[in-house]
Amino acid sequence: MKITSSVSLLAIGAVLLAGTAQADKWSDQFPHIKNSGDIPGQCSYESMSKKDYSGQKLTINTHAVPVIGEPTALHAEQFSALTGAEVNVIHTPAGDLYSKAMIPFQSGQAPYDIVFGFSNFLRDWKQYLQPIPAKYVNMKQMQDVTQGHIDVNSWGGEMIQFPIDGDRHYLKYRKDVIDNPEYQAKYKAETGNELRIPQTWKEYAEMAEFFNGWDWDNDGELEYGSAEVMKKDDLMYAAFFSRSVAYSKNPRVKGGFFFDLETMEPLINGPGFVAALTDWVEATKYVPPGGMNFGLGDEINSFGGGQTLFSYSWDDAFVAAMQDDSPIKNKVGAAPLPGSDRVWNRLSGAWEDTYNQAPYIVWGWTAAVAKESKNHDMAFDYLCFFANDANHQADIAIGRFGVNPFRKSDFLPEIYVKNQGWDPEIAQQYSETLLEMEEGSTNLVFPLRVPGVFQFNSAVATGTAKALAGQLSPQEALDEVAVEWKKIVKRIGADTVREAYAIGVALEDSE
Amino acid sequence: MGRSINKGKRSMNFKHKYMFLLPGLLVLLAILVFPIGFTVRLSLSSWDSFYPSLDFIGFENYIRLFTDDSRFWEAFGRLSLLSLTTVFLQYIIGFSLALLVWKEIRFQRLFRVLFLIPMMTTPVIMTVVWLTVFHESLGPVNDFFSLFGMQPLWLSSEILSKFTVILVEVWQWTPFMFLLLLAGLLSLPKEPYLAASIDGAGPVRTFIYVTFPLMAPISIGAIIIRLIEASKIMDTVYVLTSGGPGTSTETSSFYIFIKGLREFQFGYSAALSITYLIIMIISFTVIAKILVKLMVRGE
Repeated sequence: MKITSSVSLLAIGAVLLAGTAQADKWSDQFPHIKNSGDIPGQCSYESMSKKDYSGQKLTINTHAVPVIGEPTALHAEQFSALTGAEVNVIHTPAGDLYSKAMIPFQSGQAPYDIVFGFSNFLRDWKQYLQPIPAKYVNMKQMQDVTQGHIDVNSWGGEMIQFPIDGDRHYLKYRKDVIDNPEYQAKYKAETGNELRIPQTWKEYAEMAEFFNGWDWDNDGELEYGSAEVMKKDDLMYAAFFSRSVAYSKNPRVKGGFFFDLETMEPLINGPGFVAALTDWVEATKYVPPGGMNFGLGDEINSFGGGQTLFSYSWDDAFVAAMQDDSPIKNKVGAAPLPGSDRVWNRLSGAWEDTYNQAPYIVWGWTAAVAKESKNHDMAFDYLCFFANDANHQADIAIGRFGVNPFRKSDFLPEIYVKNQGWDPEIAQQYSETLLEMEEGSTNLVFPLRVPGVFQFNSAVATGTAKALAGQLSPQEALDEVAVEWKKIVKRIGADTVREAYAIGVALEDSE
Repeated sequence: MGRSINKGKRSMNFKHKYMFLLPGLLVLLAILVFPIGFTVRLSLSSWDSFYPSLDFIGFENYIRLFTDDSRFWEAFGRLSLLSLTTVFLQYIIGFSLALLVWKEIRFQRLFRVLFLIPMMTTPVIMTVVWLTVFHESLGPVNDFFSLFGMQPLWLSSEILSKFTVILVEVWQWTPFMFLLLLAGLLSLPKEPYLAASIDGAGPVRTFIYVTFPLMAPISIGAIIIRLIEASKIMDTVYVLTSGGPGTSTETSSFYIFIKGLREFQFGYSAALSITYLIIMIISFTVIAKILVKLMVRGE
């Protein structure tokens, strides 16, 4: 961690912890914030109580309960009690969030004042959304948001979505196994290699295979190597990109990870991506039985329930593993995604035999106000209240809420030790891993945010699913994806896709 | 004079008739003709997430479907396999159960109600239950099989995943077949059975020469109704496998869902839907004719 970051974080932490005082009148009324009490700010409980939205109605489309849906409903209830507004919360499955908002958007209607969704919807949704007013962009609460997540929620320098969650993919592992001297000796004796946090996907695979299919935690049940999101269309493409970045994101090659920005030729079937998919096909041998049909929920339950040695994806599996009711609380560790001993250079058309690692700042939950809404002020106040300091501190401590760190102050390990009873060493490692991804790396990959993003991702899901099922070889599968991507680019228009993609590339190349 | 008065009365009656029909016709127009007409129009446009407009691109979407979309046709092949297999099994099992409770047996009413329970449950919820049952590492089915050292991949093997989808569909919808066939059996005339009995026909011969032919019209109706429903198979696939592993359980309706509501290619998915509708109308007409030939005329 950079020294400057540490000092500034400590300062922020001191301020926050000083503010997290004792119970106050608001925490008596709203037990959700009992740990911190109300924290002064533009959208605090105190500030909101001075607003009067009596007789006005706010309609929100959000995700199903509990992930994001539960905090949306909880904060709606609180907002209603404080301001007198009538807040109607509609819960929608994740797969339908995009279309449920998009259909009224396209027909010029405004059934929802606020829409929750994923941050990579932004390019398709942005023309229907109201940009965040300056008074919110410049407020103290927003200044605590990391630059990476400001970027994720902005388009061309204008913030359009309200940051409520932070997401990145990182490695989760069983610390009690990897750090176990007995297993370290056994692994060394049988493989000749060190048992350590895997630095490359190759090491990840070797360790996962070694610890696959036997009872290494003596609980009477078999354990396995890795839990991954492999179910077709169930966010699997994000898992594939996590495995691809190490082989394909070359810090010395600018101008695009998914496409060559100049020609808009897809890079998805390049040797780097093919190497990642080849690894992934191999991974089907060390996932639990049926692991090929694991969606995100299965991955969370599998790793969080102590079934596997490794996992990588969003925070949820780690948070689930660290909850009080988890059998592996304080037995897990967090680390950056594994890297690779080689990285593809598309300019020279050759592999570079050098270690490479790249963080994948994957998309996450976000929310925005519909342009056609008649209640902009109230809607922005609700979002600001949702993410105020007291609510945010309480929300990130509840795994099922799906609210993960995205503020500089979230990377203070003390929060997790104090509020969630985490082991200080694990909390430190977790905070450092997340912060390093945000601030330390100069080789970030941002999610694809172009028009028709779902068509591109759906093509990746179909192609990679075919490879995992053995219907096609990795090269054939990705060639098929590349052909499909070319068709999509042709349908939408190369210049239109390029214009949007350039914004993401600029973020990556400026790092 | 009298003639013209009569003519005037007839014309008034004629108008009144139309006035009375008008509300029904308007409702029909709103719920049937307009959606189909709009879907046809949509299929001739490029409406997607980026170009939300009813522009006119002629038959471009249809040309793309017939020349450049093998995935749709593969999905259609899979749909044919799944729907024909499930409906065949539902017919056999449904008919057997109906025959079982047709005659006076003990607890007849209880059995009749019990057999109907799967159909009365919500398909999506029951599929989630089945998903849990067949979960390959946590489900009870594999707990049982592991006693014999086996761990079948119910959802992630190309062949077994199809079997699982068929099993869930058969479980859910056999009661529907049972209900229709039981109603048919209960409405059969007694005389042919008396005649068969007098002729000394046993239960098997009675079934082959009396019950089955008499039930043929009802059977064809039941099979066609179930085929129409089975051809829309969606929720089971969506919940159980998402069309995977790979594309091994992806059916036409699931593929149209992906193109329309996941990828937001409205224009193209409308073309898929119209094509699918036409194929289905032709297929069911042919299937009905074949069934009539086989089951009624015995050719």
